Amino acid sequence: MTAVDTSASVVSAEELLALYEEMAVIRRTEKAAHDLFLSGLVKGTTHLAAGQEAIAVGASAALRPDDYVFATYRGHHHAMARGASPAECLAELMSKATGVCHAKGGSMHLTKASAGMLGSYAIVGAHLPMAAGAAWSARLRGSGQVAVAFFGDGATNIGAFHEALNLAAVWALPVLFICENNLYMEYTPIGEVTAVANPAADRAAAYRLPAEILDGNDVVVVREVVARAAARARAGEGPTVLEAKTYRHFGHSRTDPASYRPAEEVKQWLSRDPLDIARARLEALGVPAESVTAADERAARTVEEAVAAARAAPGPDPGTALTDVWADGGSAWRT
Amino acid sequence: MADLTNETDVITYREAVAEGIARELRRDPSVVCLGEDIGAAGGVFKTTAGLFQEFGKGRIWDTPISEQAILGVAMGAAMTGMRPVAEIMFSDFFACCWDYLANEIPKMRYMTGGQVTLPLVVRTANGGGLGFGAQHSQAVENWALAVPGLKIAAPSTPADVVGLMAAAIRSDDPVVFFEHKGLFASKGPAAPDGHVVELGRAVIAREGTDITLVALAATVPLALAAAGRLAGQGISAEVVDLRCLVPLDMAAVLESVGRTSRLVIVEENPYQGGWGGTVASVVADEGFELLDAPVRRVAAACVPLPFADVLEQQVIPTVDTVIEAVTALTAY
Repeated sequence: MTAVDTSASVVSAEELLALYEEMAVIRRTEKAAHDLFLSGLVKGTTHLAAGQEAIAVGASAALRPDDYVFATYRGHHHAMARGASPAECLAELMSKATGVCHAKGGSMHLTKASAGMLGSYAIVGAHLPMAAGAAWSARLRGSGQVAVAFFGDGATNIGAFHEALNLAAVWALPVLFICENNLYMEYTPIGEVTAVANPAADRAAAYRLPAEILDGNDVVVVREVVARAAARARAGEGPTVLEAKTYRHFGHSRTDPASYRPAEEVKQWLSRDPLDIARARLEALGVPAESVTAADERAARTVEEAVAAARAAPGPDPGTALTDVWADGGSAWRT
Repeated sequence: MADLTNETDVITYREAVAEGIARELRRDPSVVCLGEDIGAAGGVFKTTAGLFQEFGKGRIWDTPISEQAILGVAMGAAMTGMRPVAEIMFSDFFACCWDYLANEIPKMRYMTGGQVTLPLVVRTANGGGLGFGAQHSQAVENWALAVPGLKIAAPSTPADVVGLMAAAIRSDDPVVFFEHKGLFASKGPAAPDGHVVELGRAVIAREGTDITLVALAATVPLALAAAGRLAGQGISAEVVDLRCLVPLDMAAVLESVGRTSRLVIVEENPYQGGWGGTVASVVADEGFELLDAPVRRVAAACVPLPFADVLEQQVIPTVDTVIEAVTALTAY
């Protein structure tokens, strides 16, 4: 795993405090989503990313605002890290007109195209080729943009993963494949169903792609590693596979209490909470405790206001069920 | 590439595919092609012949045998400013990338509340008649029809290939473009310069007064041949070439049935779940009083496509089976 560079030059106190606050907002939004689900205000399902905030926030901090991000159904953190507000994300979960997808997508499809967040995909692995396609487009247009696909460890065993890596390698596309390895493929330990120990990184060599395994719970590490890979991509040196080791604080989905995870393992990973790691780094950088507390308070207020706004928002106009199939805004299939 | 702009020229359906794509590549730098063997090889059916030579590898991209990657890459490129034209070599291979055709491409605009636009074309060689057996001969336009969010074109003439290709590539919606394998060698008048056939507009391929034959792609020449023979029996059959399944030009069908009062639908996909079921249901719903006889569907038998010609002819519609259906209905 990539060694942690604790030197102050890697990140300024100010930058890290901002990243910390972003993570704190995501953590509290996920907790709010959980609570709203329990109170019956969120229907369907949710796949919460609490515990995996550092990957989204660290990666986003390393990217240009016009870069492209593709995420999975566990994608709330990526939507928010790319600029979707907690209010519009929660409103989406609560089937409100103000939702980021106008209540047509739901928890699994948060998308903020205007911020380059080109979707959360609920078919495992489907978006890896899409990220390669966005990278291809960037290259064809000479825009210097990169595309990033975030995916879970489970996605490394589906065909689209392998098709995407091969094609991206052959075409030397500016794309980053970032695996959030949270050790479980839904309910099953990934190691039990995968032929290699590091499901993403160990496969990269088969496509002659560079790979790196990193601490996905350290936002500073994530930012540095992603920045290096993005620089390689922008320089025309092709894709990189990154495997960020992490852990989800909740179960796979709302109905999963995750009782299959050994208590000792849970305890060990909770002691490596990304927020705690960032707090320790802030302390090492000499940031006063009250500044961190103030950031926590701002995050709490942001999310409280987001919950209130989402609760107060109107539901969707029923007529919108028949809009936006086609680019003309309609859904007509016949004359 | 040959100059095909003279209206008096005759070209093949196969040449029309490359010509239609070439015209759009020339007029719009955001158009880009990808697929298996489409580059220097010119495509396994030679439907992209000459494109690599004229436009080079920056516009015409050979891919590995990775149907999921082909459509996923096309989708990512379409979302970010390009107009990709992806080829899936045989329509049977849609099954290898069905996630993209069923779950991703048609749903992304809708489920993001209109945030994403997908101006892409998925071209594919569809249909039987060439003896390729059960996994390379299917007419699968009904697969695509089962998914809301896909536009579907299936031309029957070289000029329509060019005109519908222009409309498909310029469309801001995803279009599945079925090129019929059995028609590649067929010939017809070349398309005039700037020829565009709006998606969702059927055309009367032959006028008639006694019965309407609704057809698509390879069943259009089949229906025309049947109409020719029926004329000899004193039956005047009108042939409606749908040209597209989505949008489906039901106005044209209902108008024709209003004149003829009888309807036979000729489709190559299986009867079970075939597109003619949709046409028949709309006519039953909205055109019941126009009819003087039941609606008949001449469609493929509900079996996999067999290899031998003599067996295949038992499964897919033929001129004889169309004539049989028409004769029975006119006597009704």
